[in-house]
Amino acid sequence: MPANPQPATVVLAPPSRDNRDPWYVRWALIGLTLGIVGLLIVVPLASVFVQATAKGLYVYWDNLVANADTRHAVFLTMVVAPVAVAMNVVFGVAAAWAIARFRFRGRGLLITLIDLPFSVSPVVAGLVFVLIFGLQTPLGLWLRDHGYQVIFAPPALVLATAFVTFPFVARELIPVLEAVGPDEELAARSLGASGWQLFWWITVPNIKWGLLYGVILCNARAMGEFGAVYVVSGRIEGQTDTMPLRVQKLWEGSNNPAAFALASVLTMLALVTLVLKVLIEPKVRSEQEAGKTAETE
Amino acid sequence: MSGVSRRALPGFGLGLGYAIAYLTLLVLIPLAACLAKAASLGPSEFVAAAWTPRAVAAYKLTFGVALAAAAVNVVLGLIVAWTLVRYQFWGKRLVDALVDVPLALPTAVAGLVYASLYVPNGWIGQFLTPLGIQAAYSRLGIVLVLVFTGFPFVVRTVQPVLDDIDAEMEEAASVLGASRWQTFRRVLLPTLIPPALTGFALAFARGLGEYGSVIFISSNKIFETEIAPMLILVRLEEYSYAEAAAIATVLLGFSFVLLAAINYLEYRSKRNAG
Repeated sequence: MPANPQPATVVLAPPSRDNRDPWYVRWALIGLTLGIVGLLIVVPLASVFVQATAKGLYVYWDNLVANADTRHAVFLTMVVAPVAVAMNVVFGVAAAWAIARFRFRGRGLLITLIDLPFSVSPVVAGLVFVLIFGLQTPLGLWLRDHGYQVIFAPPALVLATAFVTFPFVARELIPVLEAVGPDEELAARSLGASGWQLFWWITVPNIKWGLLYGVILCNARAMGEFGAVYVVSGRIEGQTDTMPLRVQKLWEGSNNPAAFALASVLTMLALVTLVLKVLIEPKVRSEQEAGKTAETE
Repeated sequence: MSGVSRRALPGFGLGLGYAIAYLTLLVLIPLAACLAKAASLGPSEFVAAAWTPRAVAAYKLTFGVALAAAAVNVVLGLIVAWTLVRYQFWGKRLVDALVDVPLALPTAVAGLVYASLYVPNGWIGQFLTPLGIQAAYSRLGIVLVLVFTGFPFVVRTVQPVLDDIDAEMEEAASVLGASRWQTFRRVLLPTLIPPALTGFALAFARGLGEYGSVIFISSNKIFETEIAPMLILVRLEEYSYAEAAAIATVLLGFSFVLLAAINYLEYRSKRNAG
């Protein structure tokens, strides 16, 4: 299931095309589009920053750095998200290599299963780990007796986050790796390159933009994940609250300026993600097209 | 591209083996654990846990709001996709980029800001209250925030199809005497329905499971604004693990049916495309 459908290749239509609609239709639709995007997206984005800084920039800054629990939430997110992303990168590369380079029985099934986590509610994603590692289970008790805490601790946050963001990297890499084609790798192989040499010197440089693209999308979702981590975290202040959980707690405690201050940081992360996405998209596309032209030569 | 021989390139076993092991450990076993826990109840207890009046009300609400939001998104998505593909206007690239904001913005932020906008004295709520519309802490609020989270799907599925439509097809229609509106209804609309349907299903699936944004704007009242994922958490907080798993199993069932439908839609549109 493409949660991120492939971006539309914007080929500009010949100018005659848009003039075929009468001017009032054109203006009405452009107006509606601006209205829809404005009301749904621009006003909420603006409101985050206005409400975060409503009491002045000093209070805004204070809301971000003065509270130890808020600082810990930022720290925890900066640890949990990269670990989950790294796990999914290794998986994404392994799965893409097998799926894009080889044909085997069950290949179609594997592709479908990769998308599975997208259709699982985040709350269910959290629940399954509580059912496995919770203290009501033998495994949970055994782990606790040996000094490992999984649920209500960072390991569960990582697991839940990795589950929810599982498909991102693999989904981006499979089409890129397929488009690049195996020719260069086969050539390197015939010249005597070892498997890892081939991987690091040929494959990785060929897919680097696609990989980066997947990492960026995966990371955005990992940092912002709420439902799944909500279930497994136990929401212990200063211990298992990630940034989004902390936002909710501040809001529950009616500390709106602080909630919005932290939300504004998450919003900025989202905006940076989108800027990077727009910048990298053409590079991913040219990576794919380089493969296609090489094939026709 | 067809695959290469397993002898020509190394790493097939390692890649596939690792992928399957990771998939099994992180996704398949945990999901199976949930089903097993639900199955431990036995049929009559399962029904008693997953099909209480409260649970049925939650499923209905979850379904209803997700359906309504996805339907709204089909209309909005078609308008926005059409405008972005067909017309030139100042700021078009920015608008195009902004469409992706709901995919990147954490759902908790979306819920927080939507709740604050639509409360009676909020930026938008102040205009709705005199009209007798209560948006925040109501079902309408849930639909609103789901419209936001599902907004990119229809736009992004329709956009490339609209872009690919042959200008000649439209010209042929108009040369043959079709009016602009006839061309749209008879030539363009039939091609846009499959991608719009895929986008609808994606937005619907997203709405079914959504939690982070909803809890901010919903009053979470039993029988009124309590969505199914919320009920799972309530059961979990009562330490009723099997009951929670039973409700989760019902939700999983819904999503898998939907996933199958999406795959079928995509398969069909790919086959039609050639």
